[in-house]
Amino acid sequence: MLTFVARKLGGLIATLVVASVVIFAVLEVLPGDPASLMLGVNAQPDTIAALRSELGLDQPAAARYLSWVGGFFVGDFGISYTYRVPVAELIADRAMVSLPLALMALILSTAIALPLGTLAAAGHNRWPDVSIMSFAQLGVAVPNFWFGILLVYLFAVTLRWLPAGGFAGWDAGLGPAFASLALPAIALALPQAAILARVMRSALLDVLHEDYIRTARAKGLTAGSTIWRHGVRNALIPVLTILGLQFAFLIAGTIIIENVFYLPGLGRLIFQAVAQRDLIVVQSLVVLLVASVVTVNFLVDLAYAWVDPRLRHGRR
Amino acid sequence: MDRHLRALVLGAALATGLVGSAVAAKTTATIGMRLEPPHLDPTAGAAAAIDEIVYQNIFEGLTQIDESGQVQPDLAESWTISEDGLTYTFKLRDGVTFHDGTSFDAEDVKFSFERAKAEDSTNAQKRIFEPIESITAVDPTTVEIKLSRPAGSFLFDLGWGDAVIVAPESADTNKTDPVGTGAFKFDRWVKGDRVEISSFDDYWGTSAKLTGATFKFIGDPAAALAAVLAGDVDAFPNFPATENLPQLEADPRFDVVVGTTEGETILALNNKRPPFDNKKVRQAISHAIDRQAVIDGAMFGYGTPIGSHFAPHNPAYVDLTGLYAYDPAKAKALLDEAGDGDGFKATLKLPPTTYARRSGEIIASELGKIGIEVEIIPVEWAQWLEEVFRGGDFDMTIVSHTEPLDIDIYARDDYYFGYDNPEFDAIIEKLQSEADTDARNALYEQAQRMIAEDAVNAFLFQLPKAGVWDKNLKGLWANAPIQANDLTDASWQQ
Amino acid sequence: MSEARPRSAHAGRRSVFARALAHPSFLIGVSIAALLLAAALLSLVWTPYSVAEVVVSDRLQPPTLAHWLGTDAFGRDVFSMILVGTRNSLGVAVIAVAIGIGIGVPLGLASAAEGGLLDDVLMRGSDLVFAFPALVTAVMITAIFGPGAVNAIIAIGIFNIPVFARVTRGAARGLWSREFVLAARVAGKTPARITVEHILPNVASLIVVQGTIQFALAILAEAGLSYVGLGTQPPAPSWGKMLNDAQTLTAIAPWLALTPGLAIVFAVLGFNLLGDGLRDVLDPRLERRR
Repeated sequence: MLTFVARKLGGLIATLVVASVVIFAVLEVLPGDPASLMLGVNAQPDTIAALRSELGLDQPAAARYLSWVGGFFVGDFGISYTYRVPVAELIADRAMVSLPLALMALILSTAIALPLGTLAAAGHNRWPDVSIMSFAQLGVAVPNFWFGILLVYLFAVTLRWLPAGGFAGWDAGLGPAFASLALPAIALALPQAAILARVMRSALLDVLHEDYIRTARAKGLTAGSTIWRHGVRNALIPVLTILGLQFAFLIAGTIIIENVFYLPGLGRLIFQAVAQRDLIVVQSLVVLLVASVVTVNFLVDLAYAWVDPRLRHGRR
Repeated sequence: MDRHLRALVLGAALATGLVGSAVAAKTTATIGMRLEPPHLDPTAGAAAAIDEIVYQNIFEGLTQIDESGQVQPDLAESWTISEDGLTYTFKLRDGVTFHDGTSFDAEDVKFSFERAKAEDSTNAQKRIFEPIESITAVDPTTVEIKLSRPAGSFLFDLGWGDAVIVAPESADTNKTDPVGTGAFKFDRWVKGDRVEISSFDDYWGTSAKLTGATFKFIGDPAAALAAVLAGDVDAFPNFPATENLPQLEADPRFDVVVGTTEGETILALNNKRPPFDNKKVRQAISHAIDRQAVIDGAMFGYGTPIGSHFAPHNPAYVDLTGLYAYDPAKAKALLDEAGDGDGFKATLKLPPTTYARRSGEIIASELGKIGIEVEIIPVEWAQWLEEVFRGGDFDMTIVSHTEPLDIDIYARDDYYFGYDNPEFDAIIEKLQSEADTDARNALYEQAQRMIAEDAVNAFLFQLPKAGVWDKNLKGLWANAPIQANDLTDASWQQ
Repeated sequence: MSEARPRSAHAGRRSVFARALAHPSFLIGVSIAALLLAAALLSLVWTPYSVAEVVVSDRLQPPTLAHWLGTDAFGRDVFSMILVGTRNSLGVAVIAVAIGIGIGVPLGLASAAEGGLLDDVLMRGSDLVFAFPALVTAVMITAIFGPGAVNAIIAIGIFNIPVFARVTRGAARGLWSREFVLAARVAGKTPARITVEHILPNVASLIVVQGTIQFALAILAEAGLSYVGLGTQPPAPSWGKMLNDAQTLTAIAPWLALTPGLAIVFAVLGFNLLGDGLRDVLDPRLERRR
């Protein structure tokens, strides 16, 4: 097990190093200069040069890369070019919006999907199954940003129950904060729930066809208690895997949804930072996103290995 | 009680009436803004959003620009100008303190201007300070500034946000914790969301009527509309979605005030690059554009057509919109004369503003009708500055020139649209030293006509300032002679 | 999830055609796909109005007999834009998926046949690509090369490569230990020949199914990119961009936000149903689950 973990961990670190080089190199060729943008149309060349040296942009690329990566080990991501505050602080602030949003969406989609998936499997090929799966088909096809627009139109513009966008801030109290995250979370959760419900259903059906379930049925357990006592528990393993894999999709989804609802989260930050050529924020943020995706995959691998010892000894 | 919960409990229909009485004692205002500033130091950045928060509210200059665009005394209560126009002596106000308690005197003025003029200065309008030869603090309330050459607009320029007075003690931290002499002091900045300010107790002048204000950043036009409708913001001085103004005008809760800005919106042409170096081609383009259609389609009818690079509300304005009336047939004929009768391909680089992107689509379609095949290239501001503005690498672009009285850009060497006319340069040179108003206006008129005749660019419309605010909120600026949200006079009417 | 089940000659099965005719979601999916294809082709030769022509005086008309789905803020006919948008969406999706199949499938096949270093590099490489959230990559690509349909295709295509590579590799590896492949090896066939003669035909149906699903995802991705302004650029109409334009107009012209969204749902639903249907039709063993 130890060697397995070590090998996986090595892969994780290698991925991160390569990703950091790739992202840094990509941003180097990005046209547009942050200093020039910050000073506008009337700025004189020497003023721009002064700002560039103040920002450290006159250093060679290799030196900037090393000082940036070196900072990681002490939790220092550098200073944002445009905002002039530590990048770590900026990202932490924005994460306070994105992470709760992603978490709310995750909980919401799970809360919707697992019962529906179970219900569909229990009523396999009868009306609950057919109707739930039809809705799931539809849910998968609905783009979350369009769903978001419709939600805004209905609940914010027409009914005025919930804010259409923006974030009240956690210090405004939990009520307003959750109110501003409610519609985005719903918009994010629906397509996710549709996918998850389908996975839950098919995982359950897989389990129900296993021999030990048949045995259980033969011993006289009712369909309902079979599903509950054997099915759901066993089906959760593939479902959890999918949940882990969906993390990356959820992050991508958050980026778009934050733009629909104008939430000051990581997604908006990345768009803003790219537009403002706040490169140090962009590269730190991307590496962080990559790190979180890779870490989740790593954890999923570990969980798998835990469950299925054969995997620890390589794939062949 | 929380607004949203209340709406849920009482229902939307009831809420309107109750909110009205619930805010009776309101003494703060929430101001919606489209863009969040990168930082809050107006002397170290060009972003309009900085000035829109701090100008007059937090920071003050020797002079200030008022709502009508006139120069007024501010930290300098009076001044004298020497005969030759080279020596300015400012009498400063007494008893002014910065928000951190330090006092304001002539040394602060000297410090601020020398800092802006210094080699390593990052002031976006460094040109303001260029003519300054020396600054002398004669006594704590007297400053003498000597210029190396006459600068006709010096007093006006000192009223810009880039020329506000900062204190040596706090200058380096103004980006995140601005300390000025204004009627409001900075409280906090929730990044990505809002900036909060509150009235400053030891203000030297008339105290602000509001006890505090919040600037809330809402970039998305749809969210801006929703925020106004929901009462999340009390005012949106630069409302980003003109298409929604009729709806807001019809709503009795709001005042919609469409004022003027200094923004001449133009289709800039690269005068150095064929075929745009041919005057006939440029004239053809001007004739091919239906300005009213652009204003209707891109601005939903808000905006004043212009025929030259000059603001219609300026006394020296001449209406030249008739010079190139919409006439596709004539445009086609002019293209034929120019030898480009078969049409040609051209690119149109569009910065990310709504007015540019929308106007661009309409103009591309209109130019298509006379055989000019336009490829639209959307760019971000950083790219626009690098490629178009500084690099001159473009065929056409759409941009609003928002600085006041900036027709002199046509005389600048190597300016991005590449206009080069010694006659025009001479007019601008005369303007520099001419003090008489009538003579100046005559020169401005000449300048307007000349660039219009030459069809340097296709002049589209003056950018409107569409302000929306709660009808009980008074004292906000209708016009935007400079970029500012001056809240010192704002108050709630009962 | 789906796995390759090698088809042996004596698998008792009805004809693919008969199964297809009896499969409702396949039939619905095929019909929708055909309809979309027809709309896309139609837009090449005819649209009610030109989508390039701006008629400002006709702007923001609600649906009428003259303009079936109304007009947008520039007076362009929404129905015509939806038609051309169909072509745009399908076009982007076809090329993006083609990139994925064209590069990913050979990589997957080679990796399964060779194993070793190639396999490791491929798996690490695909890990790397998957580690970047798709939208972030798209933001980067468009920041450098500028937004546009071509760059949207590249961004979506890049993500399809490892998807197809992994699916193909996974299925192919399973096949390499099967008796009929072992027999071929004993008979002295080269790995390349085995791959072409035995492996590829057996993974083909899986690739077709995956391709259909990726196609639906690509339509969604293109819409999302165009919605945030990174995909198809004006004046070319695209569903995502139409939604973006419509968003600020929901208060005065709500119909503008409805039809492009419905078009996206319709297309994605259609290709998803087609994919599900194809899986069942091409691979009867899974059918017992339905």
